[in-house]
Amino acid sequence: MTRRWVDYLLLAAGFLALWQILFLLAGEHALASPAATLRRAGELLASGAFWKHAAETGTAFGLACLVALSSGLALGIWLGFRRLAGEVADPILGSLYSIPKITLYPLILLLFGLGLSAKVAFGAIHGIFPVAIFTMNGIRQVPPVHLKTARVLRLSAWQTAKSVLMPSAAAEIAAGLRVGFSVTLLGTLIGELFASTSGIGYSLVRAMDTHQVVEIMALTFLLFAFAALANSALLALERRVR
Amino acid sequence: MRAETHAELRGATRVFPPREGQGEVHALGPVDLALERGEFFSVVGPSGCGKSTLLELLAGLQQPTAGTVAFEGRPVGNEPPDGIGVVFQEDASFPWLTVWDNVAFGLRRAGVDAAETERRVRDALAFMGLLDFSRAHPAQLSGGMRQRVCIARTLVLQPRLILLDEPFGALDQQTRLLMGDELLRLWRETGATVLLITHALDEAAMLSDRVGVMSARPGRFIDVLATGWARSRDSRIVSRPEFGAVTGRLWDLLREESIKALGGR
Repeated sequence: MTRRWVDYLLLAAGFLALWQILFLLAGEHALASPAATLRRAGELLASGAFWKHAAETGTAFGLACLVALSSGLALGIWLGFRRLAGEVADPILGSLYSIPKITLYPLILLLFGLGLSAKVAFGAIHGIFPVAIFTMNGIRQVPPVHLKTARVLRLSAWQTAKSVLMPSAAAEIAAGLRVGFSVTLLGTLIGELFASTSGIGYSLVRAMDTHQVVEIMALTFLLFAFAALANSALLALERRVR
Repeated sequence: MRAETHAELRGATRVFPPREGQGEVHALGPVDLALERGEFFSVVGPSGCGKSTLLELLAGLQQPTAGTVAFEGRPVGNEPPDGIGVVFQEDASFPWLTVWDNVAFGLRRAGVDAAETERRVRDALAFMGLLDFSRAHPAQLSGGMRQRVCIARTLVLQPRLILLDEPFGALDQQTRLLMGDELLRLWRETGATVLLITHALDEAAMLSDRVGVMSARPGRFIDVLATGWARSRDSRIVSRPEFGAVTGRLWDLLREESIKALGGR
């Protein structure tokens, strides 16, 4: 345990050192120093304006997650059971997963208009496919002999789902949720970068327009810290069910 | 003492409907078989002759295309009937549960109370020599041990008919002989009727009261052989001359059918 903390600290120190070197090489027009960035990040965390934007982004992200995870799960479970539908859907889902969703953004804006619902929709279309794909595969990979065993032990459909299918597919589903979570965050923020009037993504674009290097770096740093924390929490959850 | 029929197939036939790339497959039958209560019956036959299909018909996991299946005088329907336990060839232990929880699984679902569950699980684990491993997960055990977990999981439900589908197929020869001994002990002490599907002629010859020999697909019984062993037998009978004679007789019956199965006709 202590060994792992030492590793983390070494990693963080190396990262900061590299950052500092890059800063010295590139100059303050391109990059802010770690010290300036962290100071600005601290100021942001203490300011009301930042939290207003963060709340905006948080709401959009939370709703997008809710939509992406629940409909991704439902879709994945359904396709996992319908083997034929799953086989038909597999390449379609795969290609939807891998196309750059930004190409769909004009369409989303036309459908939902400027504002919260467009951000939610854009975040959700990122997350829904990985969750569906992972869930579908998790359910398809349940060994047939486990399902036969459930029948021989005379389990009801609900008991089979709860005590055989779900635990068997749990690791895959948890991995899908983690990936879905990350790309939904990505989608929500990209949605805010364009055609938006509030949120962290919007603040970032405004800082870019006015060339506030420290502001850009501080916002990026805070986003990075949030994503890393959330990801490791979900990874820990995934390890538990594996 | 007149033998009582425990489970029965009459004119049982199984035809699989056509699928892409191939026509319908006549897998089994018509087959007639009457298992006597308390006997140890083995089925041998060339690969692909429908042995597993026969077991799944008895277990209620598949429906016959024609003919009837009955257990304790009642027709076997869509659902596996109460009182039948099945052990499969593949490892069917649940990797996310400990050995103890694997064995207790069926009892908890069936709503047996905690004290009774505890007692039965402990007995079954002790019987299969697994007590020291009750907190282990299947991944920490060898293939033979995992198969014992599956047998124990069946055992705790106190089945009156135990169906085994090549349960030792993935194990090495020495382990198989010892597992055979345990199976005989289990059969003697529980008084259950046992149907064993196997491709190993020596296994069938050593364990069974009677051995049914099946033809190449579509499988039918070409002969049923009584071994005449005492109920108290164990794996040491493999050194007796009668054992050689039984195994030899099985091979005489099977040789031609196996060639047919290999040649694909």
